[in-house]
Parts: sequence; structure tokens; C-alpha cells
Amino acid sequence: MSSELSLNEIKKEWHGTFKAYMIGFFSSLFLTGLSFFLVIERLFSEQNLMYVILALAIVQAIVQLLFFLHVGQEAKPRWESVVFGFTVLILLIVAIGSIWVMHDLKERVMPEMTHTPSTNP
Amino acid sequence: MNKFWAIHHHETLEIHPDTSLPDPHQDTFSKTVLGFWMYLMTDTLLFTSLFTTYAVLHNSTFGGPSSRDLFSLSTSFAETMILLFSSVTCGFAMLSALRSDKNKVIGWLAVSFLLGASFIAMELHEFAHLAQEGNSWRRSAFLSSFFTLVGTHGLHVSFGLLWMVVMMAQVFSVGVTIDTFRRLVCFSLFWHFLDLIWIFIFTFVYLMGVI
Repeated sequence: MSSELSLNEIKKEWHGTFKAYMIGFFSSLFLTGLSFFLVIERLFSEQNLMYVILALAIVQAIVQLLFFLHVGQEAKPRWESVVFGFTVLILLIVAIGSIWVMHDLKERVMPEMTHTPSTNP
Repeated sequence: MNKFWAIHHHETLEIHPDTSLPDPHQDTFSKTVLGFWMYLMTDTLLFTSLFTTYAVLHNSTFGGPSSRDLFSLSTSFAETMILLFSSVTCGFAMLSALRSDKNKVIGWLAVSFLLGASFIAMELHEFAHLAQEGNSWRRSAFLSSFFTLVGTHGLHVSFGLLWMVVMMAQVFSVGVTIDTFRRLVCFSLFWHFLDLIWIFIFTFVYLMGVI
């Protein structure tokens, strides 16, 4: 029942174009440059700087997902997008969950314990 | 009982086959690319756990140096640029493969290889410098998690370099065929994926490390 595709048909299944690569490349260049510039110049307070460069990283990740990895551009049914969406869900649960739990644990346990750096290196 | 169930199940499968639309994912290319994409997604979860470990441990310096004392923005900026250029030259290799331009595929892969190799060289130099000053992975939990996270990425890039050599040899000997094109697509996904992971390494490790 499986029908094999010819080389030309396969080439149509891959969605990269020169224009897409250029858009992805220059956007990434700009976003990377902006991140480093903001940190070197320290244009915001520490807390705000964290949020801004995190946002810039997420924007750059989305740009590269769309223009380099062609997420969401495959033929229907879009299994790759489904798998990707599920992965992002698990990623957020694991990452945010772990950091939340460990942060909470640190606040509950650490106040009684003073940080004692070891004397011998 | 089992036999009855098997027959019943078999019948439900056969009575209503949905033949109204051809399934576009039955060919080797689509199946392989989907399978490789699933591998990349499991790799994403591997990196998620390493990033999370780093986030939890990056203040546990055990009296040793912190990220602020150790990381240089000029090195990480150079590494970032090299990897981004390598990613886009790999894209050019793919665009050449679309036109079945064998020599340009090999040429652009060679450029990507040289950029990737210089990235690894810079990273190894950075690691050696840290280890020489007594700040190896044995120094503190912070440095253990740093070396594990950045080292795992570096290991992936090294395997990517090996894969690139294999692809150059295959394209050189048989040209752009159904098989080599499919492998090039998987390789380009892998290479772009590593650049994507690096965005979060330079943001979380190097930039947030010096704030």
C-alpha cells in the first residue's frame, strides 16, 4: 500500500527557500546582537534585563523554528507539529515544575543554614 | 476468548477502511523525517533536564568562582556567530541539493564543517583554560552542571561534524539521490536544532551568568 516518491517529489516535501534562510539569518543576527548589546551596556535593571533577554531568546527560537526547521509547514496531517507541541508541553512542565519545587525547597530549608564556604579549595 | 477478540478486532479494522484520501505519510522519506524529528524532540527533553539542573545549581559554587568570575562575553559571542553562520551555510548546502548541484553541496558542507570545527576548537580551548585554573567540573556543583550542559551540546556538534564528513563522502560518490537527499534533510534538521539549543545556552549560561 506504500507508495514511494521520486526524487523530485521528495524535493517538494522540503520547504527551505533562499528567502526564508535570509530572513531567518538576519533576524537571528539582529536578535543575538541586541541581546549581547543590552547585557554589555546594561540598559535595564538586573531583573528587567533577565526578562528582556529571555524574551529575545524565545523570539529567536521561534524565528529559527519557522525559517530553519520549517515547523508547521509539512503536509497534513501535521504529525511533526503535534509531536513538537507535546514536547513543548512536557518541557514547560519539567522545567518550570523543577525550578519551582527547588526554589520553594531552598526558601523553606536554607534560612537556618548559613552558607559556609569550605576553607580548603 | 482471545481468538474471538482477535477476529472481532480484525473485522472492525477491515470493514471501514478510510480510502477517501490517500495518506501522504506512507513513503520512506516522510516516515524517516518524522522519526528523526521525534528523535530531536527526545533530545530536546534531554537538554531540558540539563538546563533545569543548571538553573537549580548555578549558585552552588561551594566557595569557588561564580559564573560572573569565569565567563567571557567575547568568546561566547564569537561562538554564537560561528554556529549561526554554520547553520545558514548548511541551509545553502540544502538549497544546492534542491538543484542537484553536487559540487556546491559538498562546498557548502565543507564551509559548515570548518565553522563547526572552529566552534568546537574554541569550546575545547575554553574548557581547557577553565580546567587549568583549577575550575574543572570537580570544583563545584555549578561547574559540574555547566560542563555537563555545554559539553553535551559540544558532543552533539562533534557527532554532527562526523555526520557531515560522511554526507560529503556520500554526495561525492553517488551525487544527490533519493537516499542522500533524505539524509541531507535529516542532517540539516540536526544542525539547525543544535543552533537552536545554543540560543538558550548563550542566553541562560553566558548572558545571564554575567548580569
